Amino acid sequence: MKKHFWLLASLIVIKLSAYAQEDKVEGQIFEATAAGEELGLSGANIYWLNSPIGTITDEDGYFSISFSNEYNKLVVSYIGFQTDTLFIDKPTKIKLALKPANQLDEVVVQDKRESLEKSYFSAQNVVTVGSEELLKAACCNLSESFETNPSIDVNFNDAITGTKQIEMLGLTSPYILITQENIPMVRGASQTFGLTFTPGTWVESIQITKGMGSVINGYESISGQINTELVKPLTDVPLFVNLYGNRNGRLELNTHYNTKLSKKWSTGLYLHTNRRDIEVDNNGDGFLDAPLANQVNVMNRWQYQNPETGWVSFLNLRYLTDSKQLGQEGFEPENRANSNLWGSEIDTKRFDSSVKLGYVFPNLPFQSFGFQASYSIHDQESYYGLNQYNIEHQSVYSNLLFNSIIGNTQHKFKTGLTLAIDDYNELVNNVRYTRTDGSFGAFFEYAYTNLEKLSLTAGLRFDSHNRLGEFFTPRLHIRYTPWERASLRGSFGMGRRAANFFAENQRMFASSRRIELLGNGGSIYGFEPEKATNFGLSLLQGFTLFNRQGDFSVDFYRTNFENQIVVDWENAEEVVFSNLEGESYANSLQIELSHELLERFKVRTAYKFYDVKTTYQTGLLQKPLLAKNRFFTNLEYQTKIKNNSRWKFDYTMHAVGQQRLPNTEANPAATQLGEFADAYVLMNSQVTREFSPKFEMYVGGENLTGFTQNMPIIGANNPFGTNFDTTIVYGPIMGRMVYAGLRYKIL
Amino acid sequence: MKKIVLIISFLMALSVNAQEKNKKLTFDVDGKCEMCKMRIEKAALGVDGVKYASWAIPTHELSLVIDERKTNSMQVKMAIAAVGHDSKELKATQEAYDNVHACCKYREDDTDDSKKH
Repeated sequence: MKKHFWLLASLIVIKLSAYAQEDKVEGQIFEATAAGEELGLSGANIYWLNSPIGTITDEDGYFSISFSNEYNKLVVSYIGFQTDTLFIDKPTKIKLALKPANQLDEVVVQDKRESLEKSYFSAQNVVTVGSEELLKAACCNLSESFETNPSIDVNFNDAITGTKQIEMLGLTSPYILITQENIPMVRGASQTFGLTFTPGTWVESIQITKGMGSVINGYESISGQINTELVKPLTDVPLFVNLYGNRNGRLELNTHYNTKLSKKWSTGLYLHTNRRDIEVDNNGDGFLDAPLANQVNVMNRWQYQNPETGWVSFLNLRYLTDSKQLGQEGFEPENRANSNLWGSEIDTKRFDSSVKLGYVFPNLPFQSFGFQASYSIHDQESYYGLNQYNIEHQSVYSNLLFNSIIGNTQHKFKTGLTLAIDDYNELVNNVRYTRTDGSFGAFFEYAYTNLEKLSLTAGLRFDSHNRLGEFFTPRLHIRYTPWERASLRGSFGMGRRAANFFAENQRMFASSRRIELLGNGGSIYGFEPEKATNFGLSLLQGFTLFNRQGDFSVDFYRTNFENQIVVDWENAEEVVFSNLEGESYANSLQIELSHELLERFKVRTAYKFYDVKTTYQTGLLQKPLLAKNRFFTNLEYQTKIKNNSRWKFDYTMHAVGQQRLPNTEANPAATQLGEFADAYVLMNSQVTREFSPKFEMYVGGENLTGFTQNMPIIGANNPFGTNFDTTIVYGPIMGRMVYAGLRYKIL
Repeated sequence: MKKIVLIISFLMALSVNAQEKNKKLTFDVDGKCEMCKMRIEKAALGVDGVKYASWAIPTHELSLVIDERKTNSMQVKMAIAAVGHDSKELKATQEAYDNVHACCKYREDDTDDSKKH
C-alpha cells in the first residue's frame, strides 16, 4: 500500500516539477462552459509574438514557455476560439479563459501525392525522357525513340529486317533491363523485335537508368534499365489521331480514345497499325532494303483511382500481330518451295495482360503497397532462306512491394517478393529446344537521405532459380553534393541472366554461317548463366551562362563479366557460342554538355568513348561493329507562341567512329570487308508546325547526307552459297528518307 | 487506495492513447524555392517524432505526419524558425533569417525562381 502511495506521489511530483522552473511563463488555458466548469484546452498554441518561441498546451490545458526580455506579447490561439494576446514582461503564472469564436475556422486536409523526384537528388543516374522530347523524332516506335538521347546508341541489327538495336554502355539490349511500367517487357522471345512492338505515341515518358538499376525489378539488369510509362486513360487526351507516311512506302496510323466512365473508372483504347507494300532496293543488290511489313497492335487499358480510400489500379490488355517479308526482290512466299530466290518471313503474334494494384495508406503518405502481375504469350514463326526458327515464349511475372519508413522519411525502405516463370519452346531447323525457368525471390532496399548533400540506396535480393541456383544480388547507389548545383554519384552492383542466345542472335539465321554450340554442360541448353558486375561514377554540374540554364556531365562505367555467352563471328563460315574463358569487359565514358545558347535555342552535345573487349576463340578483341568514338549533337529551336501556334526545328547529328569488323579474310577477295569500317556521319532533321494546341503537322528527313553502307549483304548474288551473310552491318542501308505526318487531338 | 491508484494509472494510460501515433497536420510556412523546400523539410524531420514532411512550393503548405506522443506542431514551427523560416505564429530571428542563402530571401520577394539557381 505504502509503495503504491509513493509511486503515485512521485508521479505527481514529476508532473509538477515541469512547471516549477525559473524564467518561464506557466499556466493553464481553459474554456469556461455555460455550466461554470473550467475545461482545460488541449493543443492550444502559445507563442511570443514575432519570435521563434512557441509551445502547445498539454491534455489538461497546462503549458510552460521560456521567458525572454526580447518579447513581451504572448499570443494564445486555438481553433474555434478567439485569439488572445497578453502583455507579459516577467516570468509569471497565468490562467486564461478563451472565448469561443463566432465562426469556426475550417481546416481542410487534402490528400497530396508526392511530385516526381529530381534527378539532381536521386541516388541513381536517371534521365527522364518526356513526351516533348519524344516528338523530336516523329517515327515510329520505341526503338527509334532514343535517336535524340546520347545515353543510348541506336545501331542496325542486320541488313534485311530493317530493325534497329539499342546499346547502353557499349553493351547490347539483352544486357539492359527493359520494362514497361516496371514489368519486364523486352526479353526472351521479344529481344530482337520487342522494341518495335511499342508504338511511339503510346509512350508517355521513358526513364533511363545508367548502371545498375534497383533490386526491385529483378536481378537481370547489367548495363542499365529502361522503363517506359505508357499514356494513361485518366490523363491522356480524349481523342488523338496521328498519321505518318514516308517516301519508302511506310504508312502508320495511331489512334487513342479515352473516356471517363465514372469518378473512379476510366478506360482507353489504343490502336496502332503500320504497313509497307512497296519493294525498295536502292543499292541494287537484289534484296529489299526494308521489309514488306504489316502490324496491327491494339491495347485496352482500365484505370481505377479512388483518392479517398487510397486505392489505385490498372488493367492492361494488348494483342498484336506483326508480319514481315524480306529477302530478294520478287520473292513470293506462296511459291517458296519452288523458288530459287532467297526469302524470309517473320510472323509474330503476341498477347500481353497485366494488372496493377496500389494502395497508399490515407493518413500515411509515406506508406504504400503495390502488387503487379502479368502474363504474356509470344509466338514467332519464321524462316530465313532455308533456316527455320520458331519460338513460343509464355511468361508469368508477379511482384509484391511494400514501402514504408524507419522513424521518419529520411530512412525509407522497400521490400517485397518476386515470382517469375518463363516457358520456352524453340525450333531451330529440325532441333527442338524447350525449357522452363522459374524463380522466386525476396528483396529489401533501404534509402537514406540527409535531405541535402547525401543520399544512398542499398539493396539486396535473394533469388532461387531452377537454373541459376540460389544467389544474392547486392546493389548500391550513392549521391553526394560536393558544391552548389553539382551531383556526384557512384554505383555498384551485380546482375545475372539466362541468355536466350537463339532469340537474341536470330540474325545469324540470315547467313550461311554454321551454328556451333560449344556449351560446357551448363543448365541452359548446355550453357552456364551470364554473370557480371558493374560500377560507375558520374558528375553532373548545373550552370548559368548568359542568364540561361545549362548542365555538364561526365560519367564512367565499367562492366566486368565473370561469365558470358560469347558470340564469336570472327570466322566468316560459322558463328560460335561458348561460355567465356578469359576476360570480358566494357568501359564507357560519356561527356555531355547542354545549354540554352540563345533564347529558345538549345544545344546538346556529347562525346562517347567505348572500350569493350571480349576473349574470343582468337583472343581478346574489341567488340565488332561497335564504334570506339562517337559524337552527338542535337539542336532545338522553337519560335515564340503567337496566336496559339509556333514552329519547332530539330536537328540531330551522330558522328560514328571507325568500327572493327568481324574477320572476313577466309572469304574470296571480292567479299572481304577489311579490318575496319570507316567513320561516317548521320544527320536527321524535323520541322513541326503547331497550328493550335489541337493540331500540328511535321516534315522530317533521316540520313540527310545519304550515306549508305557499301555491300551490306555479303554474297548477295549467291544467297544459297557459302559466303552469304547479312549480319555485318555498320551503317545505314537506306539513303536519304523524307517523311511527313500530322497529329490531331481533342482536348 | 489500491483501486484509486489503478484507476489513476489507467486514466494516465488513456490520455496517452488519445495522442495519435500518426497524426496528419498541415500549416503554412513562408519560403519560395527548391532550396527552401529542402531546408524546411530537413528542419521538420530533424524534430524527434516527425515522420513525414513535405513542403509545397506553390501553396507554401507543409504537410506533416507526426507522432503526437513525442512532439507537436509548435515544436516543428520552432525548428523551422530556427533555420530562418516564418510560420503564422512564429517568426525567425533576424539572425536566423540572415543565414538563409541569398536566393531564398522570401521576405523581400517570394516568387519561385528555382530554375534560375
